Amino acid sequence: MQIETNVLLFELALTFYFIATISGIIEIFRGEKNTSKVTLYLSMAGFAFHTANIAIRYVEGGHIPVTNMHEATSFFSWCVLILFFVHEFKYKLGLLSSFIMPIVFLLMFSASIFPREIKALSPVLQSYWFGIHVVFAFLGDASFAMACGIGIMYLIQERNVKSKHLSMLFQKLPSLQTLDEINYHLVTLGFPLLTLSMITGVIWANSAWGTYWRWDPKEVWSLITWLVYALVLHLRLTSGWRGKKAAILSIIGFAIVIFAFFGVSIILKGRHVFM
Amino acid sequence: MNILVIGLNHKTAPIEVREKVAFDGPKLGEAIKLLKGSHVVKESIILSTCNRVEIYAGVSDLDSGVEGIKGFLADFHKVQRDLLDRSLYIHKGADAIRHMYRVASSLDSMVVGEPQILGQLKDAFDLALENKTTGVILNKLMRKSVSVAKRIRTETKIAESAVSISFAAIELAKKIFDDLASKSFMLIGAGEMAELAAKHLINCGVQDVLVTNRTIARAEELAQEFHGKVVPFESFVNELQHTDIVICSTGAPHYILLKDQVHKTMKERKQKPMFIIDISVPRNIEPQINDLDNVYLYDVDSLQGIVETNIQERAKEADKAERIVDEEIGSFLQWTASLTATPTIVALRNKAEEIRKAEFEKTLKKLGPMEEEKIKAIEYLTISIVNKLIHPPTTVLKEENENRDELIAVIKKLYGINGEEE
Repeated sequence: MQIETNVLLFELALTFYFIATISGIIEIFRGEKNTSKVTLYLSMAGFAFHTANIAIRYVEGGHIPVTNMHEATSFFSWCVLILFFVHEFKYKLGLLSSFIMPIVFLLMFSASIFPREIKALSPVLQSYWFGIHVVFAFLGDASFAMACGIGIMYLIQERNVKSKHLSMLFQKLPSLQTLDEINYHLVTLGFPLLTLSMITGVIWANSAWGTYWRWDPKEVWSLITWLVYALVLHLRLTSGWRGKKAAILSIIGFAIVIFAFFGVSIILKGRHVFM
Repeated sequence: MNILVIGLNHKTAPIEVREKVAFDGPKLGEAIKLLKGSHVVKESIILSTCNRVEIYAGVSDLDSGVEGIKGFLADFHKVQRDLLDRSLYIHKGADAIRHMYRVASSLDSMVVGEPQILGQLKDAFDLALENKTTGVILNKLMRKSVSVAKRIRTETKIAESAVSISFAAIELAKKIFDDLASKSFMLIGAGEMAELAAKHLINCGVQDVLVTNRTIARAEELAQEFHGKVVPFESFVNELQHTDIVICSTGAPHYILLKDQVHKTMKERKQKPMFIIDISVPRNIEPQINDLDNVYLYDVDSLQGIVETNIQERAKEADKAERIVDEEIGSFLQWTASLTATPTIVALRNKAEEIRKAEFEKTLKKLGPMEEEKIKAIEYLTISIVNKLIHPPTTVLKEENENRDELIAVIKKLYGINGEEE
């Protein structure tokens, strides 16, 4: 019964995210003067079901539901949505939902492919470090996802201004400076979160297995991700790699995050492999 | 009562004619009192701007109204009648309403969507109200015009994008920078368009203003106007490091700012974005500068290109606006219809009721004493006959109809009603 309700909640969330994505894409091409709030409301409806789904899994499993690929991916997209709502209400950026909802939907859709059973956390992993480690890790990844969406918006608006042919999107998209600043601020949020998740991971690994670092593929790719974003910040502060270059880097960075997330778990197996 | 618009605008009359017929300053107050006193019109509003002079009037007879107003214009401005006849347009009834809606929503303006006209129309209305020259019809029509204009502004993009070079530059600046107030701006050279753009920028809150010019005196003059600082022309490049927006318009026959210089400046600025507007012809700023990252260079042609796209965009939106105007005319006509028909309907009903009562009482007297029930039955009979007879003409009158005025006249004649209008 519980499981069925849970599956239903997940499917509802997925459906709403799908409709929100379509509505967001329509919004991009709609020649109307005002951006409609439909996409936002749809995503909020989906988010409500999604939250209920995660809450049930939390209660059932007794820990944050990230112990298999299905749960982890679903939790990832849930974190992206939280950051999305924060930015939507804080900055009211035109068309933000049109660029973030596709990312959310694709993550959620990937989650729907993986097996959905609730698994107990293996005794070795039971520690308060678990909660801290995953919250840092997922919020960090979610910041990078947002930075990627904002980066795409930046590139489109930059194209508009540089090419001197202002498309319909010109009026609706925020200014270049706004987009660049929010992109930067997301990276400066994601980077410390990633750093903290690595530090807590290392401490936790020591308490669970007795070694800090074992060159497990996930660890390696986290390190690579960390180095990439360290470089992004470094270049920005020292060589003025802002604007277009920063936008491109944040898209590349997120591609690496996605590989570290899916690729490592599916292709290269390690102890982070959930199944 | 009929609605009439007589006027001329930039499309029908050249400036030489428009200035002759314009009611500038105190003339307007004088004119509106004179027109009211002449009894040519029942209601009137006079609008006089640099692009149009129009008289909106409520008259009892259209033809004599037109003649009267033309005569008034010719007398007041002492101009030839044939000169007026050549330039004046005349709109009556529904066309007059359409014209007024189109003027208010700036569909009839030289630059479609420009916002001033609505304010000018409101001022004209205020003056009319002060002089008590309007009545039910024009008051309602004027308020309706304002609300139509507002509806069009919110529902269409008619006033959305910039249609002048200086505004297009501001629009771009707002999409490059987040907050213009914190940005610094340099004006290189002078010129009408550059100064206009500079004024707009300052209106948008830009405070940090630098001015440079080959002639120091001119630079000082402009610096005073814009509350800015003068920078020597020879060394303006050094100041670019702290400048976010540059507007350049000099008479120099060659480039005064080269790609290498800007490349170096951008390094010093740590790539902080720069928006450069080159209004000079021939161009003063090397075009390849646009290839540099975080530098956005626009010249007159590229700004003009944007303006033209925006004008086309506005034209497309104007179609939507015209549809809104059409919709709104219907509702106003319905209102006027009910207004003209109502007195006649009331008169007709009163007349019928009078006859019914008189005949009913006459019959009662003849019949002598009777049971209460029978009296009631007879009264009911008279009421229903009268109602049945009156129903068809009243429905026809209430409906919107082309020949409404004629119908009213016919009914008045047939039933012998000589009621007043209104």
